[in-house]
Amino acid sequence: MQAFTTMTGLVAPLDRVNVDTDQIIPKQFLKTIKRTGLREGLFYDWRKQKDGSQEPAFFLNQPRFQGATILLTRDNFGCGSSREHAPWALLDQGFRCVIASSFADIFYNNCFQNGMLPVVLKADEVLAMMKDVLATPGYQLTVDLGNQTVTTPDGTHSRFEIDPFRKDGLYRGLDAIGLTLQHEATIAAYETRRKAEAPWLFADLQS
Amino acid sequence: MAAQTLFEKIWESHVVRAEPDGTTLLYIDRQLVHEVTSPQAFEGLKLSGRRPRRPGATLAVPDHNVPTTDRTLGIADPLSAKQIQTLEENCRDFGITLFGMNDIRQGVVHVIGPEQGFTLPGTTIVCGDSHTSTHGAFGALAFGIGTSEVEHVLATQCLVQKRPKTMEIRVDGVLPALCSAKDVILAIIGKIGTAGGTGYVIEYTGSAIRALSMEGRMTLCNMSIEGGARAGMVAPDENTVAYIKGRPLAPKGDLFEQALQAWQQLKTDANATYDLIVTMRAEDIAPQVSWGTSPGMVTGIDQRVPDPRTITDENQRQATARALEYMGLIPNMPMTDIRIDTVFIGSCTNSRIEDLRLAANLAKGKHVAKTVHAMVVPGSGLVKQQAEQEGLDRLFKEAGFEWREAGCSMCLAMNADVLQPGERCASTSNRNFEGRQGAGGRTHLVSPAMAVAAAIEGHFVDIRHWA
Repeated sequence: MQAFTTMTGLVAPLDRVNVDTDQIIPKQFLKTIKRTGLREGLFYDWRKQKDGSQEPAFFLNQPRFQGATILLTRDNFGCGSSREHAPWALLDQGFRCVIASSFADIFYNNCFQNGMLPVVLKADEVLAMMKDVLATPGYQLTVDLGNQTVTTPDGTHSRFEIDPFRKDGLYRGLDAIGLTLQHEATIAAYETRRKAEAPWLFADLQS
Repeated sequence: MAAQTLFEKIWESHVVRAEPDGTTLLYIDRQLVHEVTSPQAFEGLKLSGRRPRRPGATLAVPDHNVPTTDRTLGIADPLSAKQIQTLEENCRDFGITLFGMNDIRQGVVHVIGPEQGFTLPGTTIVCGDSHTSTHGAFGALAFGIGTSEVEHVLATQCLVQKRPKTMEIRVDGVLPALCSAKDVILAIIGKIGTAGGTGYVIEYTGSAIRALSMEGRMTLCNMSIEGGARAGMVAPDENTVAYIKGRPLAPKGDLFEQALQAWQQLKTDANATYDLIVTMRAEDIAPQVSWGTSPGMVTGIDQRVPDPRTITDENQRQATARALEYMGLIPNMPMTDIRIDTVFIGSCTNSRIEDLRLAANLAKGKHVAKTVHAMVVPGSGLVKQQAEQEGLDRLFKEAGFEWREAGCSMCLAMNADVLQPGERCASTSNRNFEGRQGAGGRTHLVSPAMAVAAAIEGHFVDIRHWA
């Protein structure tokens, strides 16, 4: 997995609350068996007009937000379906970081599995940044995972919280499964103990 | 030992190890797998040369993409066919039990787990699907995960988790006639909001919850995620045990007796505390209908469509106005004036035998309105078979409902069952997001009873004064 340390990037605004993963990537794009190439489906129903042409008002279709790597949005981003296709599509579009006033749990967790950083800032901080993004062409933010800060062009720092374990894994780009497998002996010991306590849980299916 | 909640008991019995910051390696007893969120997980295993740690702890079934029409014709969409074929190949390569598309046991993953006795109290259950919360109805800790975590569980039988907070939602009293678990959970989401449960595991308690059947408890727990909670649960009791006993994958003989003793400990201790408590009175819960594009945008059938002009919070006003525009509704119109084009009875929320019995009996001797297209999609092949043995299919068909094969169908419209732009649907499913049932489609979430009444009248009616 790609490590995330610091980044400075163009910010794209999605000024909506409760953006669900059905909006981030609609179901017709979930029929793939790959993780890549999903940008085509990103915000598909909002990006396209009824006749299939591009919706010029949608931020991703505006020239000034081309090449954006940070998505700025509002409360409860990524609610609904657990589809990991949502962070895959954002990543495929070039977003490495999503800043929001809150996230749904499963989406938040899925980001870390893909070298993406979800940042939670206070609602008033997000609103202020949203205003500035819309008012300032070329608006960039710097996200520093090590120091847990987001820095605006005028040098204002906003601090964000993150679990130390998650932070470390993302900062070093660790393979989560490899990390768990380092504890193989502990897992085996748990299974032995548990099997004695609750043997009915170990009557495995035979395929 | 300190008093514990049901959640805490299950969590602690599954801790393999804990990091200094509380991050926990949690043991996973059971995994369910379907065709949409698993191909990349199996690909990951192949690329890294890893094997499933306990292939026998995983059960796979195709459900999202399967046609609900005649399956002897195969799958018309080549992408859907490829995804299902990939699941079959992966299960064969990795030694995982699969109920294939033409197996009578095939069905929606959250219907077949309980039906087979794969879902058991006190277990940890995951699936690459947010409605895994359904299995909490049995007093299990069950939650949805992403595809990377599906791979993680296959490879290690564990997940890295941060311990969630606990919320009790207590519903005491007696529900009004024909009000159901669906109305309870929609009313709860209307109260706490779609992010109200974020970071929490919900335990549903109270006399109205205890009075629910297992099917009702599954409906309730199913939509916990729509309130933001990854998991919801109900403590097991004699109903739970009666449901499980004798199912194909449930423990038998001495093992069953041993399990039973353990299950009897699975309840929140008298002095245990929750991080948050929400209470409701069952008598206050009217039949619910969603009016917007989020499950929290819901109200009683005896209410009116909200008027954005009366909402003071700017965010909420904008969201309401936007939702009403998408839904094509006029502020202040009575909910009963909303006319519908389509009715979908099905999904992991409401497609079990009890749902179908109630719906069929309400439809008996009546007929679907001329302007309405109505379909019933049973939750599994076995539910379908049982319904047919009871003659429910005949009641539905005589009333003008289509009777389909089992699958997720129009809940998310990945197969051919799709709403057209502007089409308005009364649906027993769980999500009314924009485009969920088809681009431009308009979804109203309701109970099976409300869906039947709407099908017959052509608009929503108050079921309490209808049947």
